[in-house]
Amino acid sequence: MDQLLNDFSPGLFFMQAIILLILIVLMRKFAWKPILDSLQTREDGIKDALDAAQNAKLELENLQADNEKLLQEARVERETLLKDARDIKTKMIEDAKGEAESQANKMIEQAQAAIESEKKTAMVELKKQVADLSLEIAEKMVRKELSSNDKQLELVETMLSEKSLN
Amino acid sequence: MLVKQTTKFIAILVLLMTSVSSFANTQEHGNQHDEQGNKVDSPEEIKDYIAHHLKDSHDFHLYTNNETGKHVGFPLPVIVWTSEGLKTFMSSEFHHDDNGQVIVEKGGVKLTKIHSKIYELEAGAEAVAFDDHHHAENAHKVLDFSITKSVFGMLLTGVLMLLMFVSLARAYKKGPIPTGVSRALEPLVIYVRDEIARPNIGEKKYRKFMSFLLTVFFFIWILNLLGLTPFGFNVTGQIAVTACLAIFTLVIYMFSGSKDFWAHTLWMPGVPVILRPILAVIELVGFILIKPFSLLVRLFANITAGHFVVMSLIALMITMKQAFGPVASTGMSLVLSLFIMVIEILVAFLQAFIFTMLSSLFIGMAVEEHDHH
Amino acid sequence: MYNLIGAGLIVIGGGIGLGQIGGKAMEGIARQPEAAGKIQTAMIIIGALLEGLAFGALILGK
Repeated sequence: MDQLLNDFSPGLFFMQAIILLILIVLMRKFAWKPILDSLQTREDGIKDALDAAQNAKLELENLQADNEKLLQEARVERETLLKDARDIKTKMIEDAKGEAESQANKMIEQAQAAIESEKKTAMVELKKQVADLSLEIAEKMVRKELSSNDKQLELVETMLSEKSLN
Repeated sequence: MLVKQTTKFIAILVLLMTSVSSFANTQEHGNQHDEQGNKVDSPEEIKDYIAHHLKDSHDFHLYTNNETGKHVGFPLPVIVWTSEGLKTFMSSEFHHDDNGQVIVEKGGVKLTKIHSKIYELEAGAEAVAFDDHHHAENAHKVLDFSITKSVFGMLLTGVLMLLMFVSLARAYKKGPIPTGVSRALEPLVIYVRDEIARPNIGEKKYRKFMSFLLTVFFFIWILNLLGLTPFGFNVTGQIAVTACLAIFTLVIYMFSGSKDFWAHTLWMPGVPVILRPILAVIELVGFILIKPFSLLVRLFANITAGHFVVMSLIALMITMKQAFGPVASTGMSLVLSLFIMVIEILVAFLQAFIFTMLSSLFIGMAVEEHDHH
Repeated sequence: MYNLIGAGLIVIGGGIGLGQIGGKAMEGIARQPEAAGKIQTAMIIIGALLEGLAFGALILGK
C-alpha cells in the first residue's frame, strides 16, 4: 500500500484526466456521434426495409387470397352454368320426347280411327253384297224350285201345315 | 488468415524478445547497483530492471548499446511545478540518471530524478542524502506534469483513436457499409453498444453514456495492447491512470443517479428504520470507495502482473543459463513467454471489457428507476 | 514473510471462489446450452468482482 501510494503520481493523474476529458469530447463530436447516428439510421433503414418486405409479402398473400377467391367464384359460376345447361338439355330432350310420343300416339289413334271407319264401310259393303248375293241366289233357287207344279204344291202344303200347327 | 496473423504475431514477439534482450544487455548510465559489470545478468539486477519498467519514465528509451554506451530513444519534456513556479526542460538534461546523481539547476531550484520521480532539493543542499532505506532526506517530490512515457502513450492512443474512428465516421458518408479498416472497427463499436451498454444500462438511457463507455473501452484496450509491444509502455499499469479512469466512472454514476437510486441508497424502503442509517453508510461506502477501488485495482494489478510475468519469463533465459545451458534456457523462456503473451493478449481485451462492463453496470444501477411496489 | 502467508491465503480463497463460479457456470451451460452467452457474461462479471476483492486484499497487504 505504501509503495502504491508512493508510486501514485498526482501529475500523471492530472494529465490523464485532461487527456481523457479532451479525448471524450473530441471523440464524441467527431467519431461516436456520427458513427452511432449512422448505425442507428442504417438499422432503422434495415428495419423499415424488412417491415416493407413483410408488408409487401402480406399484400401479395392478400392478393393471392383474393385471386383464389375470384377463381373459386368463377369455378362455382361455371359449375352452375354447366348444371343449368345440362338441366335445360335434359328438359329439352324430355320435352321433345314427350311431344314426339304424343304425336305418335295421336297418329296411331288417327290411323286406328281410319282403319275402324274403313272396316265399317267395308263391312257395310260386304253386308250389302252378301244380301244382294243371297237374294240373287234365293231368286235363282226359287225360280228353279217353282219351275215344277209338284214342287209348288208341296210348298204350299208344307206352308199350310206349318200354319195349322200354329 | 490465421497463418498470417500467427506469423505477424511471431514477428512482433521476436522483435520484442530482441529488443528486450538488448535491454537486458544494457546498463543504466551511473547505475550504482551495477558494480560488477555492464550487463544486467544477476537476479537482483533483473528485479530492478523489471521494477524500473513497471514505473513511468521521463524519456522514451528503447535500448542502450552497451559497447559504446549510447542510448537509443528520445527525451521527453519535463514540466514540473516547483517552489519557484513552473519549470520546463528536456529530460535529456538528467543524462539518463535515475539515482539522484545528476542535479539540474533551473532558476534557483535544484532538481534531480530518483526512481522515475523528480525531487526538488531543499534550499542549501548540494547533493541528495539518502537514509538507510534509500529514501532522500533533503529533497521532496514536486508536482510533475511532464509528458512522461505514459502521457506520451496516452497521447499516441488518443491520436490513434481519433484517426481510426474519425475515418470510420467518414466512411458512413460514402455509403451505409464502411470498407477497409473501418469495417473491422464497426463490429467493435456495435459490440460495446449491444453487449455492454444496452443490457446493463437499459434501452432508454444508454445513449447518454455511450461516448464515455466507447472512449474508455478503446482507450484501455489500445493502451493494454501498446503495453505488449516492444516499446515498453506500461500505461494501464500506472495506478494514477487507472485511478483517474475509475474516478471518471464514479463521477458519472454519482451525477446521473436517479431519485430512486438515492432513495434506495440513503433511506432503504422496506427495512426497519433503525437499520436504515447503517445500510446507507454501507451502500455509500460501497459506491464511493469499494466499487471505484476495485475497478482501479483490478486493471492496475492485472496489467502490472502481466508485464511482470512476461518480463520474468523472458529473463529466464538469463537466470537459468547457469543451470540448463543457453539453448535450453532460451527455448524454455521462448515457449513460456509465448504462452503468457497469448494469454496477455486475451487479458488486454478482457480487462478493457470488464472495466467497461462494470462501469456500465454501476451506471445502470444508478440510473435505474424502480417500479413502485 | 507474513505478507507472503497472507497472499497465499488470499490466493487459496480466490481460487476456491473462482472454482465455484466456473464450475457452477459449466453446470449451468451443460444444463441449458442455449443460455451459454448470458451465463458467460454473468460469470465474467462475478469473476471480476472476486478478482477485485482478491487484488484489493493483496495490495492492501503489500
